[in-house]
Amino acid sequence: MSSIAFRRRAQLAILLGPVSLFLAVFFLGPLAIMIVTSFLAPGLYGGVEWTWYPHNYGRILGFADPMFEDFDPVYIAIFLRSLKIAALTVVATLFVCYPAAFCISRLSDRWKNFCLFLITLPFFTSLIVRLFIWVLILRQTGLVNEVLLGTGVIARPLELIYTDGAIILGMVYVFIPFMFMPVYASVEKLDWTLVRASLDLGAGPIRTFLRIILPLTAPGIAGGAVIVFIPALGNFVVPAILGGAKVMMLGNLIEQQFLAARNWPFGSALAMMVMTVMLVLLFIHVVVSGRRGFDPATGH
Amino acid sequence: MRDSIVRLEKAAKAFATPEGQTVTALDAIDLDVKRNEFLTLLGPSGCGKTTLLQAISGFVQLDAGRILIDDEDITDRPPYRRPVNTVFQNYALFPHMTVGENTGYALEVAGVARAERTRRVADALRMVGLEGMEGRKPRQLSGGQQQRVALARAIIARPKLLLLDEPLSALDKNLRQSMQIELKTLQHELGISFIFVTHDQEEALTMSDRVAVLSGGRIQQLDTPRAIYDQPKNSFVATFVGASNLFEGEATRGQLVTKDGIAISHGRPDATGAATALIRPEQFFLAQPGDTAPSLDVDLEQIVFVGSTFELFGRTATGRRVIAEIPAVRRSLVGEIEQSRRARLAYDPAAVHLLPGEAA
Repeated sequence: MSSIAFRRRAQLAILLGPVSLFLAVFFLGPLAIMIVTSFLAPGLYGGVEWTWYPHNYGRILGFADPMFEDFDPVYIAIFLRSLKIAALTVVATLFVCYPAAFCISRLSDRWKNFCLFLITLPFFTSLIVRLFIWVLILRQTGLVNEVLLGTGVIARPLELIYTDGAIILGMVYVFIPFMFMPVYASVEKLDWTLVRASLDLGAGPIRTFLRIILPLTAPGIAGGAVIVFIPALGNFVVPAILGGAKVMMLGNLIEQQFLAARNWPFGSALAMMVMTVMLVLLFIHVVVSGRRGFDPATGH
Repeated sequence: MRDSIVRLEKAAKAFATPEGQTVTALDAIDLDVKRNEFLTLLGPSGCGKTTLLQAISGFVQLDAGRILIDDEDITDRPPYRRPVNTVFQNYALFPHMTVGENTGYALEVAGVARAERTRRVADALRMVGLEGMEGRKPRQLSGGQQQRVALARAIIARPKLLLLDEPLSALDKNLRQSMQIELKTLQHELGISFIFVTHDQEEALTMSDRVAVLSGGRIQQLDTPRAIYDQPKNSFVATFVGASNLFEGEATRGQLVTKDGIAISHGRPDATGAATALIRPEQFFLAQPGDTAPSLDVDLEQIVFVGSTFELFGRTATGRRVIAEIPAVRRSLVGEIEQSRRARLAYDPAAVHLLPGEAA
């Protein structure tokens, strides 16, 4: 090996060393513990018993140990509902962020920066506090109901809070910045002379959008979708506050297993299932964008 | 009437600058482009040439005036409903489509069946010398090849008019020159009118049937390349197109006398009053002893060898700058003046062109 190549490798090792070490200890370590735990039997009073016990997965997928824990389709139902809510969150945030990204990308630099600042502003206060404000707005005696009752639009308070709708609203509220940033990055980079070229060649606005604008901003949309979908699927704060005890999502279920039911192996098994779903989705994303020949440097 | 393909009538456009001022980009412009004509809009940046082009393509709304294509008023039509296509300065090829898809885009949009589209794409690519390149992506092509794809894409739908917005400015010099000839040939083969925008006067002279020199939102002169070069209407055209020596002064009986006392002979005995004489650098030649042609004596400041010619930068006794171009075959004469740093620049009075009025 030439000394230059050696030095380059040494530099790389030094630069990547800290992050690799950190991830190895604090990411791969816990992950390994979780994988192992998910195949162990739960102890009677919390903790684990060191015996091979695949039935944690059985409770979810349908091959339970009938002596101890029953298979319960409720877990699959929660799984599907979580997927649905996460998917709806992605769609809703996209509908909010995509047009906004176009507007903001056309502003002068000063206004642009101001708008980007506004979008990151919510991060400055606690998520919990912000979500409790939604409780005040949505509850039976909340702002919306009071106004509607007061103006006589409705006779009885609407059931707004503790519904799927409330959770999606809260999710959208929380995840808008996550969707906005990647979408904005790709919209901002869009070369408007391409749009002109399309119009010039006879394509109307709708066709130009579908054939030129949408494909060229698709990487940002896909990136935003992944960034929103994954944490939305595992989120437990929003359903805990806006879903009450009525609407359970995967995040709450897992949290409950660890903190309330003290069934770590089952909680681990649930978490592993979530991770599997996410890895599959990420894999699809990589394959699809790879086939398109997506170049992150140019966005093409 | 049938002679003209595009007609602009009193086309006007003004822009507001961020500083709150108003800039007149088009100052009530009248323009007729003939069928099958290669017309060039030539001017410095900010002269309004790009605005004029965009008004025709539909990306700029006129404040006043009309645009007619084939006697049809298209002033208020959006870009996608105009029988006009554009070759953009930076090519504007769709990066996510292949060369074939790019080229066939206008046909796809127009709903032309796939089989015919494939055939016409192949034809268009053959015309620009890119046979069989359908499957490539634009980023796999060189700048010159991308240029050709942009051209094929713009001509495939047979527009009534092709607009070219400085399409050659990003190419290197040799490629640019060969593309100039190709464009001209292509225009003849297609039989459609081209409006070509450039700030490069050599390019304008090389390719065009007619050249419109623009400045300050007005057409300063619209003429054949030769007329633009030999008989510019004003000092702006004279200085923008080609290098020039201008002598402003009073014209009397075949002579023009400047304020600093330089007398220029010209072939126009009838001209009187304030005028400006134009002598192109290549019209000067080095006077031999015994020559009777009128001449100017200059002190030489620089002698630059540019291959085919020597460029002489001199000053008259009164400090006026004079540029002359001497063919390099007259090397021995140049050797002499290089020693003496002085030259007698002679000229033929018949070649002196008189502009009306004072130079700006």
